[in-house]
Amino acid sequence: MAVRVVTDQTPLATAVVVGRQGAARALARALVRNRKALAGLSVFGFFVLVAIFAPLIAPYDPTALAFNQMLQPSRAHLLGTTGIGQDIFSQLVFGTRESLLIALAAGLAATAVSVIVGVSAAYLGGLWDHALNLFTDVFLVLPTLPLMIIVGTYLNNRGLLVLIGVITITGWSYGARQLRSQALSLRNREFLEAARVRGERSAYIIVFEVLPNMTSLIVAIFFGAAVYAVLAAAGLQFIGLGDPSSLSWGTMLYWAQANGALLAGSPVWVLAPGICIAALGAAFALINYAFDEIGNPALRPVRTKK
Amino acid sequence: MSYLIRRLEFFGITLWATLTMNFILPRIMPGNPAQAMLVRYHGRVSPQTIKAIEAAFGLNPQGNIFQQYFDYLRNTFTGNFGTSVTFFPSPVGDVIKQGLPWTLGLVGMATIIAFLLGTLIGVLSAWRRGGVFDAILPPVFIVVSAFPYFWLGLLLLLAFALNLGWFPLGFAYDLTDSINLSWSFAGQVVWHGFLPALTIVITSIGGWILTMRNTMITTLAEDYVKMARAKGLSPVRIMFMYAARNAILPNLTGFAMSLGFVISGAILVEIVFNYPGLGFTLLQAVHSEDFALMQTLFLMITLAVLLAVLAADVLTAILDPRTRDQG
Amino acid sequence: MIATHAVLEVRDLCVDYLTDRGPVRAVDRVSLEVRKGEFLGIVGESGCGKSTLLYAIARLLTPPAQVASGDVWFEGSDIVSMTDSELRHLRWKRYSVVMQSAMNALNPVMSVGEQLRDAFLAHESLSRRQIASRSAELMRLVGIDPVHLGSYPHQLSGGMRQRAMIAMALAFTPELVIMDEPTSALDVVAQRSLMLKIKQLQREFGFATIFVTHDMSLVSHFSDRLAVMYAGQIVEVGETREVFADPKHPYTVGLMRSFPSITGALQPLSGIPGSPPDLAHPPAGCRFHPRCPQVMARCKTEEPAFYEREGDLVRCFLFDVGS
Repeated sequence: MAVRVVTDQTPLATAVVVGRQGAARALARALVRNRKALAGLSVFGFFVLVAIFAPLIAPYDPTALAFNQMLQPSRAHLLGTTGIGQDIFSQLVFGTRESLLIALAAGLAATAVSVIVGVSAAYLGGLWDHALNLFTDVFLVLPTLPLMIIVGTYLNNRGLLVLIGVITITGWSYGARQLRSQALSLRNREFLEAARVRGERSAYIIVFEVLPNMTSLIVAIFFGAAVYAVLAAAGLQFIGLGDPSSLSWGTMLYWAQANGALLAGSPVWVLAPGICIAALGAAFALINYAFDEIGNPALRPVRTKK
Repeated sequence: MSYLIRRLEFFGITLWATLTMNFILPRIMPGNPAQAMLVRYHGRVSPQTIKAIEAAFGLNPQGNIFQQYFDYLRNTFTGNFGTSVTFFPSPVGDVIKQGLPWTLGLVGMATIIAFLLGTLIGVLSAWRRGGVFDAILPPVFIVVSAFPYFWLGLLLLLAFALNLGWFPLGFAYDLTDSINLSWSFAGQVVWHGFLPALTIVITSIGGWILTMRNTMITTLAEDYVKMARAKGLSPVRIMFMYAARNAILPNLTGFAMSLGFVISGAILVEIVFNYPGLGFTLLQAVHSEDFALMQTLFLMITLAVLLAVLAADVLTAILDPRTRDQG
Repeated sequence: MIATHAVLEVRDLCVDYLTDRGPVRAVDRVSLEVRKGEFLGIVGESGCGKSTLLYAIARLLTPPAQVASGDVWFEGSDIVSMTDSELRHLRWKRYSVVMQSAMNALNPVMSVGEQLRDAFLAHESLSRRQIASRSAELMRLVGIDPVHLGSYPHQLSGGMRQRAMIAMALAFTPELVIMDEPTSALDVVAQRSLMLKIKQLQREFGFATIFVTHDMSLVSHFSDRLAVMYAGQIVEVGETREVFADPKHPYTVGLMRSFPSITGALQPLSGIPGSPPDLAHPPAGCRFHPRCPQVMARCKTEEPAFYEREGDLVRCFLFDVGS
């Protein structure tokens, strides 16, 4: 799991007040110009394509037990075969679907919870703010993997939904803090005063005036949550808390480890899904960092004319 | 002073929340896993132990829920964590005492090294902007820190232990030897611990470097740094006493909080290297559904993180005169 | 030509900001000189480049800003081409800087006394006692009780902080003190008392000052000479009394009329229509021509040079007697 440090001064994308349509377009333009974002988006896009076109790319049915076991990579089997005779390459390709799904679903869910808690804390203020803040901080401090392990073990149901749920529970607190900070700073801006004076209700203000201006931060947090989701899912599945009968990169690693792939001379079985996990995680991380750079130009690579 | 009181309040509340969570979880989970465990060990276990397990998990409760809660709290504070199922009949406390020093040593050492190195590199990389380094450093560390801890461990294992044979394949010391206080044993510990520690350092250092770098860059744009340059102070002094000293402040507590992530990763690393620490123990607890052990481990780990956070808070109060006054 | 008593001479200084869309010139061919003991005020709107100019002179620019061309001669030495280590001998001992907000300019984690000591030790090796006594002296100079040497910046009031900064700037009684809007963060009363203090110290120690501000009326009471900046260029410079009594450049005229006088006849308040130009795309010819009430045809295509009138230098064709 990447070490993510949370501070009160974690640089926020400075909310530039823009119109509702302008926000999305300005963001998209800024992202495309940033090299890190471009690299991350390309990798992400690549995996999306693989997931969509999996049946066309994979040479065999990933669950077919038709082949010899523990074969080395060859022309027939690009990455070799597993301990029970399945084609690793096909597994990798099809596994992309579930891994992507987990990352995006858990990322979205965690982000949604972050937004709700963070923005509510900023707007409800007072005791509610204090309570929600404490709630967030407590979850922030709790060590994630042990918590996930305990909840996952208790629930004893190894399905996808549980996995996503458990990741969401542990992954929302980081974003909530940042969102609260920014919502607080926006709360006092003049354009909100104008909305209040116009007589708009708080809910309207929050949804239609505040959130659009936090778009860039919310998207950045989504990508951060996605990184966390990818790595958390991999970790849980690796120790066997995912559904071992499902097909994703993490479960592939589980089976590889269970079969002692490393020592048995089939390192590819271990390396391949690992590279994919690392690549997807890195892609999200790059995009996430690009947001930092966009919001704080001082962080961008410095150009000096000699 | 009221700053510290607030932080102590946070410490207390989180600790309480963890304890309560440990208490509530088994009682609300569907399917009653504790009952299942009980069924599994019926007949293998003495009636007293059955009673203890029932009491600990709220099955066949005697006394109302508050009574049980207080009993639970009392047991926890007196160090009575129940009996471990995995390592039956050892009490959980003993099991933990065995694995604790290994984890503390490995994780502790690795984290301290990563933190110190990471902070230093972060400071230096912010000082020298422009050039190849400035453009390459962030992306490299972003990517590296997104690696799953255990996968990097596997890679290192493959490269350095299996292929090159420079390091052993796992565990904390030579299995033919026994724990003793000799130089050769110490040497073994270092040799066995090198790859796992390296894994932790490599994966976690990226986060610290980048955070420190970002804060430093923001700090370097501050007027007081400009003022220090105007005064003609030496660059080294400016970098440390004016920039770094201020840049690190907002990060201290954050660093401590990120310990949770590092420990999570370290658990996975222990699993990959069969390192006999608490992470490995946790895995075994999971596989045998040893709830008493799992919960206590969770409590211990949380406590460690909380203590680190508190230590960071105290450090912040010492280093930042403003917190002392505003409170 | 270096004037005999010139402490500072700036010649055709250009400062660029390197942006994604190419360099933006924030300071365009600025030339000025400061004589020994002189109080030179530089006024202009926000964004006219006056602070950039100041920091360029003090060699405190940070990327993406950099000096594109021109010279800055300080006491006969060209400081633009000096390296940082060469510069360090000059810094603070021969010229010092006072910034706008002392809250931001003072290191929040060090006490005032420690920061003073840093300045001392950077240039001279003094004993603790010498430093202590000199620090106490400096504090008393600006009217602060030396006990505050042990205080942290956040423990002092705004006015005290500014005065502490000035005390620091005088640690080595330099020849030139550069001040960037040191009074802007203060209330009117504190402003005036600070200005009086600065003037008094100047008389006592004989240092020259470049004082940048957007507050015309404030600086007019205290400066010997006044320079007016607009869109990165100096548009008028001369003796303060002359510039004030008879402003020549249309921009200066407009500025004067924006500041009502509490004494004298009632005058209608007027501003200057329009807004300052985008420095990435400055207007052709005279930069002020889009807003000038007396614009002529040639102003739109030709750039005016400096023309002399009654001791003032004015960058305006209105004063080009040759045409």
